[in-house]
Amino acid sequence: MLMTRLRRMSGTDVVMFIVGTVITIAIVYGSLVTLASGKYSLDQWENLVVYGLTQGSIYALIALGYTLVYGILRMINFAHSEVFMAGPFTAFFVARALNASGFLAAQPLLGMAIVALVAMGTSMGIALLVERIAYRPLRNAPRLVPLITAIGASLVLQNVFRGLYGSGLERYPDLAVLSGEFSVLGVRFLKTQAVVIVAAVLLMAALYAFVQLTKTGKAMRAVSEDKDAAALMGIDVDRIIATTFAVGGALAGAAGVLYALIFGQVQFYMGFVPGIKAFTAAVLGGIGNVPGAMVGGLFLGVFESVGPSLFLDGLGIPAPAQLKDVISFTLLVLILIFRPSGILGERLSTKKA
Amino acid sequence: MKSHSEPVWQTAVRLGLYGGSAAVLFSLVGMVQTFQERTLISGVLTLGQAFLSLAVGLSAFAAARRVQAEGPQAVLLAGGLAGGAVGSALAVLILVIAALPDIRTVFINASPALTAILTFGQPTVVGAVLWVGLGVGLGIIAAALLLLGPAVRRTVLSALGAVLLLGLLADLLRLITEGWNLSGIGVNFTFAGLFRWMFFGKGLSIAGTLVVVAVVIGLNVLQARGVLARPKPVRVVARTRSQQIVRIGAFSVLLALMPLVLGTYMAEVLDQVFIFVLMGLGLNIVVGFAGLLDLGYVGFFAIGAYGMGILTSPELHVFNLSWWEAMPIAVGLTILAGVILGIPVLKVRGDYLAIITLGFGEIIRLLALSDALKGLTGGPQGIQLIAKPAIGGFVFNDQVRLYYLLLAGCVLVGFISVRLRDSRMGRAWMAMREDEDVAQAIGINLVTTKLLAFAAGAAFAGLAGAIFAAKIGAVYPQSFGLLISINVLALIIIGGMGSIPGVIVGALVLVGLPELLREFAEFRLLVYGIVLVVMMLYRPEGLWPEASRQRELHSEEPAPSDEIGDAPLPIKGSAS
Repeated sequence: MLMTRLRRMSGTDVVMFIVGTVITIAIVYGSLVTLASGKYSLDQWENLVVYGLTQGSIYALIALGYTLVYGILRMINFAHSEVFMAGPFTAFFVARALNASGFLAAQPLLGMAIVALVAMGTSMGIALLVERIAYRPLRNAPRLVPLITAIGASLVLQNVFRGLYGSGLERYPDLAVLSGEFSVLGVRFLKTQAVVIVAAVLLMAALYAFVQLTKTGKAMRAVSEDKDAAALMGIDVDRIIATTFAVGGALAGAAGVLYALIFGQVQFYMGFVPGIKAFTAAVLGGIGNVPGAMVGGLFLGVFESVGPSLFLDGLGIPAPAQLKDVISFTLLVLILIFRPSGILGERLSTKKA
Repeated sequence: MKSHSEPVWQTAVRLGLYGGSAAVLFSLVGMVQTFQERTLISGVLTLGQAFLSLAVGLSAFAAARRVQAEGPQAVLLAGGLAGGAVGSALAVLILVIAALPDIRTVFINASPALTAILTFGQPTVVGAVLWVGLGVGLGIIAAALLLLGPAVRRTVLSALGAVLLLGLLADLLRLITEGWNLSGIGVNFTFAGLFRWMFFGKGLSIAGTLVVVAVVIGLNVLQARGVLARPKPVRVVARTRSQQIVRIGAFSVLLALMPLVLGTYMAEVLDQVFIFVLMGLGLNIVVGFAGLLDLGYVGFFAIGAYGMGILTSPELHVFNLSWWEAMPIAVGLTILAGVILGIPVLKVRGDYLAIITLGFGEIIRLLALSDALKGLTGGPQGIQLIAKPAIGGFVFNDQVRLYYLLLAGCVLVGFISVRLRDSRMGRAWMAMREDEDVAQAIGINLVTTKLLAFAAGAAFAGLAGAIFAAKIGAVYPQSFGLLISINVLALIIIGGMGSIPGVIVGALVLVGLPELLREFAEFRLLVYGIVLVVMMLYRPEGLWPEASRQRELHSEEPAPSDEIGDAPLPIKGSAS
């Protein structure tokens, strides 16, 4: 069996090996050329890395939602990028009202907390709604069915929010407290970047503690191991699944507010690209694996921030920053092909579910 | 079931509140306002009002059906309560908008215009009370329909459906029939005259409505008396060869005459439908037959179109071929791309495959858009001056001529699809779709089987792209977004996965209908999404399913015999 398999797959394996080698050589060569040319100063590299870490911590928060749901249901929640959009888009109106009344200027911390809570609550509600309407009735349906409802739910959410709040870009109010920069050990951070990274790390730590230390977390881990056995142990599986969606949604909502802090803008279509990047991050770290999603997110953020300047520039490609998204998508394709188990995960992509 | 333990009123109110939330949401999203522009019956009913009434009716009907076992009084009570709940939800919306005019800065559609529609132009409180009453009334009517039995129900529903359809398509019918007249055969009768009488303004006239209702009821009564035969089930199991030839002949004549009779606008709509039929047939092989979920299918469409552009456009001063010379090369390129992208994903399954292919599609679009390949693809400006196909002096340069080219393409591709499905390869694809491991164990070579599925699917998309490029005369990267992939996927799901006629039905419903209802384009994707979810929940096999798939998805309940054919079918035990 194994021998026949080897003989059969060898042709494609060779092709894939060649593809992998070519890409690796291109990356190494490009990086060496760029570094040798000395086009970018150390300061610029540091900026790129910090920027990448900021982006990456947002990806990591969204990725946790994918990973938690995957860990329990073995399905990709395609609507998660819209869950991410729903929170900050709704919270924008709260932020605008608080800003207009002067509350945000007087009590920036409390104001921010309110905005973040609204965003987290909205995203949580949307995630629960999607689970209840689109996924729960189909729990025993063939594989493709919930995937298609997920795509449908994603379209519905995008267009409902577009209809409710309009299709324009909305600008979050600027916070005076968060303008400016400071440096740690010679590396300069914008204050917003520091807030984003710190908040993301705190949230991730809280999630990790929740999953590892609380009783609900324990139940979640049990359900992810074996739903039937967990049900026999007296765990309400439906409730735990709903909790998982809620936790993932809340994290996505928080990620959305952090995203709005950096980019300042929200819109109904804002979820798509971060959503797919976060999925990449989840796969990169090993989907179903909580610390993996965190590591994957940070790695992806830095990789796509540094990548265009590092190796695409060296390969002589014009306007490399345009190809930032291509790098992420290519990375996603490559990981799924060469190491579908991700950095920390078990091999799942070819397993029949 | 829940309904047994729950009191009647509770079920009714719960369902009514679901319906009410939906009605409020649709109002706030702006659907009601847009629908209001369309008149169904002049001066009496607009599409917006019909839409809200539909929400009331459906909720009430659903509630009534839940409590059917409790007797007729309970049914009427449930209908009235559910309808009343929907009406109250709308009443609350009216009052909230009136009390908080500032709400408009958040919900952009919560405007005075919406209130005016909801209150029928009456004062706010009157409008709110009116809705509660209307809800109860409509709810009781809907519940009564349940009590009156299936024959009456069918008659009423088909009459309502006919009015809705004719009212919606009034403008279009006028456009099409304007040029028709029968004076050629000596009858002094113009359709325009009939139209002026039947239709008024943008919808049906009251007289026209009465005629339509009378005709539909008459037909139903005749049918019930057995004077008219009920339409036969579509899939008749056995048919003699001569019958088949006659049918096909009649159908071809009909298809050939269609654009001449219907005019340029309909030809354009049908062209669009055909392009999606071509792509649908291709994706149907990949997803429907072989079970490989491909979300980056638009990439192949793009490669076909860009291939055509690069090979024929004089802008690049390189190839400058004619359309017919370039077409095989473009399709060949797409097949090559299909195989190249297929090789790395051979080992990947299910949702992972979906994500990888999604990535591929996006990579192709982003590359076409980027400066890196600007010399070849023209970056954001795209490629212009693409050659039109020509046979001798006959250039396919307008919608009606292109219709014939596309029709020929669809017939060819449809024929190939049918033959592939019935071939050894087709059976291998379906075996693989059901279970990859078992398929491999019975000796199917997964590598070639998968690659052939990708290649065949890519080839059809490449052809569609080549024709699309010629039709537009230019290619732009914006034409190849993810939404095209989703559109094609949606149409094969709506039609029925793996079903070839289903692709055509799906394309007509998802591409043709929205083209005819252009003014609702804003809600097209919302409706797609809803349709996808609802289809998966209630009819996962699609509108025109493949027989075996329908059996599989409804394996626990015996299939009603008039739906599949006359012979009783063996019921397959559930596979997994």
